[in-house]
Amino acid sequence: MANRHPDGDTPRSIPALLARNVKLHGGLPAYREKEFGIWQSWTWVQAAEEIRALALGMLSIGVERGDHVAIIGRNRPMHYWSMVAAQMCGAVPVPLYQDAVAEEMAYVLDHCGARFVVCGDQEQVDKVLEVEDRVPEIKHILYTDKRGMRKYDHSRMNALSDLQAEGRAGHYRYDAELDARMAELDYDSTCVMLYTSGTTGRPKGVVLSNRNIIETAKNSAAFDNLNALDEVLAYLPMAWVGDFIFSIGQAMWTGFCVNCPESPGTMMTDLREIGPTYFFAPPRVFETQLTNVMIRMEDAGRFKKGLFDRYMALARRVGPAILDGKPVGVLDRLNYALGGLLIYGPLKNTLGFSRIRVGYTAGEAIGPEIFEFYRSLGINLKQLYGQTEASVFITQQPDGQVRSDTVGVPSPGVEVRIGDSGEVYYRSPGTFVEYFKNAESTASTKDPEGWVATGDAGFFEDDTGHLRIIDRAKDVGKLSDGRLFAPKYVENKLKFYPAILEAVVFGAGRDRCTAFINIDLTAVGNWAERNNIAYASYQELAGHPQVYQMISEHVAEVNASVARDPMLSGCQVHRFLVLHKELDADDGELTRTRKVRRNIIAEKYADLIAALYDGRDSIYTETEVTYEDGRKGAIKATLRIADAVVAPEGRMAAE
Amino acid sequence: MKDMSEGYVTADGRQIGGVLMEMKNITLRFGGVVAIKDISFDIRDGEIRAIIGPNGAGKSSMLNVISGFYVPTEGEVWFKGVRRGPMKPYQVARLGVARTFQNIALFDGMTVLDNIMTGRLTRMKAGLLSQALWYGAAEREEIAHREKVERIIDFLEIQNIRKTPVGRLPYGLKKRVELARALAAEPKLLLLDEPMAGMNVEEKEDMSRFILDLNDEFGTTIVLIEHDMGVVMDLSDRVVVMDYGRKIGDGPPEEVRNNQDVIDAYLGVAHD
Repeated sequence: MANRHPDGDTPRSIPALLARNVKLHGGLPAYREKEFGIWQSWTWVQAAEEIRALALGMLSIGVERGDHVAIIGRNRPMHYWSMVAAQMCGAVPVPLYQDAVAEEMAYVLDHCGARFVVCGDQEQVDKVLEVEDRVPEIKHILYTDKRGMRKYDHSRMNALSDLQAEGRAGHYRYDAELDARMAELDYDSTCVMLYTSGTTGRPKGVVLSNRNIIETAKNSAAFDNLNALDEVLAYLPMAWVGDFIFSIGQAMWTGFCVNCPESPGTMMTDLREIGPTYFFAPPRVFETQLTNVMIRMEDAGRFKKGLFDRYMALARRVGPAILDGKPVGVLDRLNYALGGLLIYGPLKNTLGFSRIRVGYTAGEAIGPEIFEFYRSLGINLKQLYGQTEASVFITQQPDGQVRSDTVGVPSPGVEVRIGDSGEVYYRSPGTFVEYFKNAESTASTKDPEGWVATGDAGFFEDDTGHLRIIDRAKDVGKLSDGRLFAPKYVENKLKFYPAILEAVVFGAGRDRCTAFINIDLTAVGNWAERNNIAYASYQELAGHPQVYQMISEHVAEVNASVARDPMLSGCQVHRFLVLHKELDADDGELTRTRKVRRNIIAEKYADLIAALYDGRDSIYTETEVTYEDGRKGAIKATLRIADAVVAPEGRMAAE
Repeated sequence: MKDMSEGYVTADGRQIGGVLMEMKNITLRFGGVVAIKDISFDIRDGEIRAIIGPNGAGKSSMLNVISGFYVPTEGEVWFKGVRRGPMKPYQVARLGVARTFQNIALFDGMTVLDNIMTGRLTRMKAGLLSQALWYGAAEREEIAHREKVERIIDFLEIQNIRKTPVGRLPYGLKKRVELARALAAEPKLLLLDEPMAGMNVEEKEDMSRFILDLNDEFGTTIVLIEHDMGVVMDLSDRVVVMDYGRKIGDGPPEEVRNNQDVIDAYLGVAHD
């Protein structure tokens, strides 16, 4: 590693890192993409040629220094290349969420003043054209997939492959200019601008410099010993900071290979085929995988099921200890090895985790059983805590010190402190430069000494030095009697049940807590099938008395567990209802990263909340829903409100 | 109606060519039942031609005449300037005509990929022995065909179900697979019998986009029967309207929409 990354001569931009990778790892695969059923790959030498051709093409259509180039599309090599090509031209890449509706897109495009937009396909081009009149700066639209684009105005809309051809043909004219622009890039030039998902208010453009990205990539790669032979699967939204750090930052720093799935629907198959060595997924992905495994095991024969249960019990007992290198008896070790042959190996292969060395999860709390399940199989799944403004990394768990309820110790180079109010602050080389065109927010988030408020409340454990996050600082409130109200803490406990997809707990300023529950259609549907419960729709299943019965039991268990925590015993859920529709980002109820937007939900379902508190046992409601194409419809339903079993509080005092 | 002997330009600027198929005074009888009565119309190269009409109007029969499955009792079918006589199905396929069915006709136990591969059967030339041993020509041939099929899979965005048995798929996807199989034959003329029947709004939108894209991309001439008037009016360049086996309208969608006979017969007469 030391000779590969001579610290004295660190390349100071992504294009410079690319040039270094061509020298160091030229023949190694840099990008792969499955297309037409076959994995196509590009070595670093080939990728660099493609990227340069793109950059030359961009010069030919007039990309200027400081221009913003928006990128809207799924994870494809061409889109990653566009970002690097834009950087080469001195422009700033701005990846956007591809599933954003036109309205959200218009705001961001206008805010960053994008003059050039790279679209994945016709669908994205149409969305941009739809809002074009509100975003007058757009000069040129580029696209990857030519399908359906034949009839568009090609004087200002071109395929990226055609742009590359143009760049290659015109390289005598543009070579010198491009080299000059690349030479101007340094550690303080902007590397990328990412829009935060906007849990509150309008999205903000987070400006990250080359220093932020490269220093963070360097530190985090060293932390986990990432190297040029690692493989990642790039499947998370390109607009999300994590994907930028993993698929551009760390990939460029270490020279590992970025694999792009064929389509979103084939992600699981592609994961299995690639077998990444380094993998990141939000807890949701791990949950879904585990749910699928469990559902399929339910349907397995008695022999297989028995073998599975037996060895999973063993794995739960000794697996994590073996992974952490702790002492384990010889017999158990032998038995575990046998289990690896019979169960764990094939299972990991099915999940696509055969070769995994480091796995991370973050973004939301992960259920302890889910976390333990993967670790017991010998998958080194860890947690990290981060945010866009920090170039991801704030804290992460070192190998051998992994627990489901902490987020680890401060990452290398990061300082963390807890404010008086309990809010977590950090300062690091990855700390963002500013919010674009928003000095006021920048000032209120980052103080002159560089400390950034995370907006999360948490504390360091005395004995281990690990950070624990309890909730969003602003969501942590008080009940009317002054007791602490931490909704996310309870919601997470509820969501650990496979039947519960989403939960929203209310109670700030009230005398007790209540909750909305969203059932998980896959898990509950399967459960219904096994129990001979007929249903015709999501709504009907959600309102089924037996489903209510099951949810009631879960709530009671959560209440019992909440009651044990002296600080948070006021957060027990007294009444709840099961929502008739899934909370959806298209309806504004979740962010694009699927975080609950509390205020919007509280506003939209005010009638339901009122009913939770006034003692009624059912309520009729009509809810507006937005379809994928932007049209609106309404769902009507009568919802039942159930009382939950509440555990006696203040057990601590009694004990 | 405009003079269209040399083709015409559509509202969205596509150049439509000359006559690809011409139906001259077609009559089709089953015993005493007259399914089609003296109908004439033409299908032009590169156009999307819709056939609409109330239930029992004879639309599917007409499509079967076009596909060569039914031989008209009276009248002539001209295809690419040649009068067509009675034909076997494989002869029709070789002429470059493919179709999908109103009731999906796929092999349920086979994967999506294999089903689509069957669409290429008429183009496979390797001998039985070579195929059985999967050696030499057969191997090369299969790889070439597989590539074509993969492009269609990509085109119709069904990569994620490539290896799934068709029997396990929902209805909307089966329809798409059927379209994929028809496309695999690289048809000059594609016949779609109610491609959107039983689909929800989103599936219909997807299917409409595929139909427009494949017409645009491959220049495939398309004849479709459809009940959803919105879809018909948006998609097609010209519409034939049938009622009780007769043709009561023929022309561009907006013209047909305003035709009083069509409004009376198809959309219903106001009862007041």
